[in-house]
Amino acid sequence: MSPMLFADITVFVLSLLVGFEVISKVPATLHTPLMSGANAIHGVVLVGVMLLAATINTPLGYVLLFIAAAFAAMNVTGGYLVTDRMLEMFKARPRDVRK
Amino acid sequence: MSGLDTTTHLVYLLSAVCFVIGLHLMNSPATARRGNQVSAAGMTLAILTTVVVLADDKSSTAAAIAVLVLGSAVGAIAGAITARRIAMTAMPQLVSVLNAVGGGAAALIALADAIHHDGSLPLAQVPVSTTLATFLDLLIGGVTFSGSVVAAGKLAGRIAGRPIVFRGGHWVNLGLFLVALACGLTYTARHGGVPVLVVLLLAALALGVLGTLPIGGADMPVVISLLNACTGTAVAMAGFVLESTPLIIAGALVGAAGAILTKLMADAMNRSLLSIVAGGFGTGDGGAPVAPTGGGTVREASPDDAALQLAYASRVVIVPGYGLAAAQAQHELVALAQALDEHGVDVSYGIHPVAGRMPGHMNVLLSEANAPYTQLKDLEEINRVFPTTDVVLVVGANDVTNPAARRPGNAVSGMPILDVDLAKSVLVIKRSMASGYAGMDNELYTNPRTAMLFGDAKAVLANLNSALTAYITVGPG
Repeated sequence: MSPMLFADITVFVLSLLVGFEVISKVPATLHTPLMSGANAIHGVVLVGVMLLAATINTPLGYVLLFIAAAFAAMNVTGGYLVTDRMLEMFKARPRDVRK
Repeated sequence: MSGLDTTTHLVYLLSAVCFVIGLHLMNSPATARRGNQVSAAGMTLAILTTVVVLADDKSSTAAAIAVLVLGSAVGAIAGAITARRIAMTAMPQLVSVLNAVGGGAAALIALADAIHHDGSLPLAQVPVSTTLATFLDLLIGGVTFSGSVVAAGKLAGRIAGRPIVFRGGHWVNLGLFLVALACGLTYTARHGGVPVLVVLLLAALALGVLGTLPIGGADMPVVISLLNACTGTAVAMAGFVLESTPLIIAGALVGAAGAILTKLMADAMNRSLLSIVAGGFGTGDGGAPVAPTGGGTVREASPDDAALQLAYASRVVIVPGYGLAAAQAQHELVALAQALDEHGVDVSYGIHPVAGRMPGHMNVLLSEANAPYTQLKDLEEINRVFPTTDVVLVVGANDVTNPAARRPGNAVSGMPILDVDLAKSVLVIKRSMASGYAGMDNELYTNPRTAMLFGDAKAVLANLNSALTAYITVGPG
């Protein structure tokens, strides 16, 4: 096992533990925004798609790259925007708008 | 390590810190929005840094950059439009779609990377760590992609919500899994190359579809959480394929979030993950109305009686369920709660973990309708309040209020329930006496302290609202 791989595995395991620790404190009220917010975070797959782009030079590769880029970008923007929209609605006191 | 390399790694580390702090700030509704913004800032940093890396690298072809920019633009616009327009009731579908695209992108990374290796490097020289990560990424990413698409279809009502089962389905799934496993291990042992990976991906996609179809509508909170955990894991595996730390960290964080929510949801239904994934349970949404079969008499109340009872109460707890969202009656319900609140009644909402179609869904729907989050109570909090509650108003919830859950030997036994029957009186708004998802009668309805208001939730709540307004403005006779 190379030192690089070992470092990667260490990071993976510790991140899992940090994730468990941080997320188990989120109240049930916020579970939906938590999930869409976490969804937005896995949009970091876009970074992976960008790194991949540097190695691609075949027509089939371009097709796969296009789909992957579209998927990942949708994941990032959709995830963050919809989470923000939801969290904006959580208010401690009723707003004054009444029907 | 060059100067740019060092900077890149430091900025990636900073992004990871932003993700963790962002998730940490989600522990309170007061700071959650800022948390999401911190997380978004971390993401922006990571992406901009990668742009610099690509510009410095110069090995990428102009065509690849053009395709990357074009694809990202299309995806970003689609994501932004969807996020702006989507109705809050449709949030579970959207989260499923985001799971699908995330898992799909991760799987495509593994495939494209393998194709690239195929042209430049003999398979025998690719490290086993890469081939193993490629195998796991394609398997998990493939299952997540197709499984999430089916889940989104079920949630949106495009595919029947009821469990779709066929004879021998489990054997077909087992067969597909074995095919995927065999292909994956072959590739991990550095044999076969890209064709083997294509077979693996096809088997994974089929497994995702056939695995999700038999799962019923009300089990969706578990399925979405599980698919979320899978997407995170797939992204982490893509990180191992590319040896990219930000993907590994973010993937692990999301994997942990999904795993925690999966466990919470399964516990809230007192069902094992295995039995949910095996599927075939329940009837799905709004099954055919069934005639009451249980013994005992059911008492019916008029909207005027019910409104009077609510107005005279000093403490009211509202128990909303998925039926409320299905009837789109959340605005009427919150209007009623506000009127009672202004009248001096102590109002709160008791929300069961599986009240919606995804974890926490009901809280979002009530917040959208203007309910203050300080009134939204979870299962444990509200169960302490029921014994001192005058009136409980149950709207569109069924199995989660069934006292039979405290006894062994029935379909809901052991499921944590809202102890509605401990309150002084109970009002239930319901379309008919049809049974809930678990397919059994609710003993709450024949309790002498319970009165039923039959009808569509939206119409009944509107009647209650006008009766209450008339009573409050005119005053007691």
